[in-house]
Amino acid sequence: MIDFAWLLPAFPLVGALILILVGRRLGEPGAGWLASLMTIASFAVTVGVYFDLLSRPAEERHEVITLFSWIPVGSLTIDAALLIDPLSVTMALFITGIGALIHLYAIGYMHGDPKFSRFFIYLNLFVFSMLMLVLGENLLVTFLGWEGVGACSYFLISFWHTRNSAAVAGKKAFVTNRIGDFGVMTAMFLAFSTIGSVSYDAINEAAHSGTMAQVTSTAIALLLFVGAMGKSAQLPLYLWLPDAMEGPTPVSALIHAATMVTSGVFLMTRMSPVLHAANEWAPMTIAIVGAATALFAATIAVAQNDIKKVLAYSTVSQLGYMFLAVGSGAYVAAIFHMVTHAFFKALLFLGSGSVIHGMHHEQDMRKMGALRALMPVTAFTFIIGWLAIAGVPPFAGFWSKDEILLYVYANNRALYAIGLVTALLTAYYMTRQVIMVFFGEAKWQDHSAEHGAHGDFKPHESPGIMLFPLVVLAVLSTIGGAMQLPFSKNLHFLEHWLAPVVEEAEAHISDTWAYNNKYLLMGVAIIVAAAGIALAITVYSRRKLPAIEPRVLEQAWFYDAAAAKIVGGPGYKAFEGVAWADAHVVDGAVNGTATLVRTSATALRKSQGGFVRAYAAIIALGSIAVLAWFVFRGIVG
Amino acid sequence: MNALVVVPTTTWYLMLSAVLFVLGTVGVLVRRNPLIMFMCIELMLNAVNLSFVALGRQIDSIDGQAIVFFVLVVAAAEVVVGLGIIVSIMRRRNEVTVDDLAELKG
Repeated sequence: MIDFAWLLPAFPLVGALILILVGRRLGEPGAGWLASLMTIASFAVTVGVYFDLLSRPAEERHEVITLFSWIPVGSLTIDAALLIDPLSVTMALFITGIGALIHLYAIGYMHGDPKFSRFFIYLNLFVFSMLMLVLGENLLVTFLGWEGVGACSYFLISFWHTRNSAAVAGKKAFVTNRIGDFGVMTAMFLAFSTIGSVSYDAINEAAHSGTMAQVTSTAIALLLFVGAMGKSAQLPLYLWLPDAMEGPTPVSALIHAATMVTSGVFLMTRMSPVLHAANEWAPMTIAIVGAATALFAATIAVAQNDIKKVLAYSTVSQLGYMFLAVGSGAYVAAIFHMVTHAFFKALLFLGSGSVIHGMHHEQDMRKMGALRALMPVTAFTFIIGWLAIAGVPPFAGFWSKDEILLYVYANNRALYAIGLVTALLTAYYMTRQVIMVFFGEAKWQDHSAEHGAHGDFKPHESPGIMLFPLVVLAVLSTIGGAMQLPFSKNLHFLEHWLAPVVEEAEAHISDTWAYNNKYLLMGVAIIVAAAGIALAITVYSRRKLPAIEPRVLEQAWFYDAAAAKIVGGPGYKAFEGVAWADAHVVDGAVNGTATLVRTSATALRKSQGGFVRAYAAIIALGSIAVLAWFVFRGIVG
Repeated sequence: MNALVVVPTTTWYLMLSAVLFVLGTVGVLVRRNPLIMFMCIELMLNAVNLSFVALGRQIDSIDGQAIVFFVLVVAAAEVVVGLGIIVSIMRRRNEVTVDDLAELKG
């Protein structure tokens, strides 16, 4: 089965190509079904590859499938090759699995959109690029996917490009990601110039054996982290992700919550031996940036009123958690949280999409309330997602968050405290959201006039094709924690499965105080989550305490405005300076050369008088001069 | 009687060659008819040929004569091209001097 792994990216690519050719003719819902079937087929192949890999002994779970020699130039040989190992298959499983569910959901959500078939071209193209990213055997193939998902993300954020805010948000995402891509490219160049290869196996082997200097591995790790900051929305480059919510909700769920934004975490895990070989402060930097992002985004989410913005900041915060884990050497926990987060955050986004759909494209939570009676399935599944992200046992989010906190405690207690505060805020703002949307008083009647065409406005439950993915994801969010239960070593399924990839760099904490008292830490986490939920109920449901939603938090600490001011003011001036230098210095040099040639040629061409005998005379005189030189040189010499 | 027998030495041939060469050069410089100029160039070429043969004989080497054959072949080729051009120019214009052929001047 493993030999057929090339089918994995091939299915969605073929789907996209067919849709480009005949998508319009297939129309609705044919185009959506085709795209969904391609993703489901890809998922089926992934499951086959997974079981094939599982049937092998642990040390043989590593297979490189070379498709063709891509760039053979001198000492640089880059193959278009796929790397099949536990990490890439784990990623591929949830990309294609959740991707297929979201494709199905989108058939319902995009109903009636004039660009229905084009939406699915982008979606299939995205799945293809994402699979290339995680399956790539070397940095360049990954980079191909990395740019591919970036482009698809841009297309899909600006999908409703007639809306100015959507067009601007797409541009913002693209430009911000460019800064990160610069880091990835530089890391790639550095790897090639120092060890002469961009293949993961070669780089990791060089880091492992020590042939790569420590300063080089530090530089590569940090440059890749710059790329991860862009793609995975970490401080200071997270700016684009909240704006990316301008895209259709299935896109927010698939790209900006479950898959693409986790590719930074994936890349750091893939290169974990390099991070392990790097200077100690490199992982520490990553942990600090992760913790800062987690706390920063969580505080902002507390004061947002747009149903999707809350989830967007929550995603940024949870990604910060994953980087906190990566920086603490908890790679398994990072991947664990990535997978459970993909389950419950996709569920929450799709749930919010269902609410938006039922509310006729209303996203302001202040205009919702008491929707649980009208949308029972959406409400029930959303509540499961809420319990999972808030860290309530036994839902999936609790186990993965607990695992991360355990490792962070063993690494650094200050970061652990930040993690706990973030967990408290997460429980608080998610409870706030659930209360504002599904409980309390119904406020949507007051705004029914805004939805004029519908006359007697009443929110409605979504169609079955949108509810089915919600139910599946709700089940996964409930039982997903079973991948890695902390009670016994035998229940660490994910850890054993990922061991061949990460065991070298994984932190060993079994002798620490934290590990011996893990049930105590677990209790603390449960108390913190309960406190957050209780606080939110007191504030928003019982109304015993006033809501604290200062403008500074609603405006994201004015970070966005400050960045806009800096880039728009001094930044704009600086770029104008660069443009001036380009027009005058660079172009000046080029134009100057041309002018010089033209002037001297004009002077020289006077000598071409068209008087043939004058030419002959000059030739004769010249010959005499040359002869004379020979003769007299002989005499003088 | 013996005194009257003049044996031409290499110097004589070289002097003749020089005279022919200068004649040819002056002809090219002063004449305006392209055909005449062309013949003057031939004269210069053959002046050089003469010096080749003379010097070749003096140092007792066949190389001088061999080179002359090359020169003759090249000169023949040159005549074909040059005369072709001159004849086609002559056909288009009634009276031609090289001074009038200055369309390509700078």
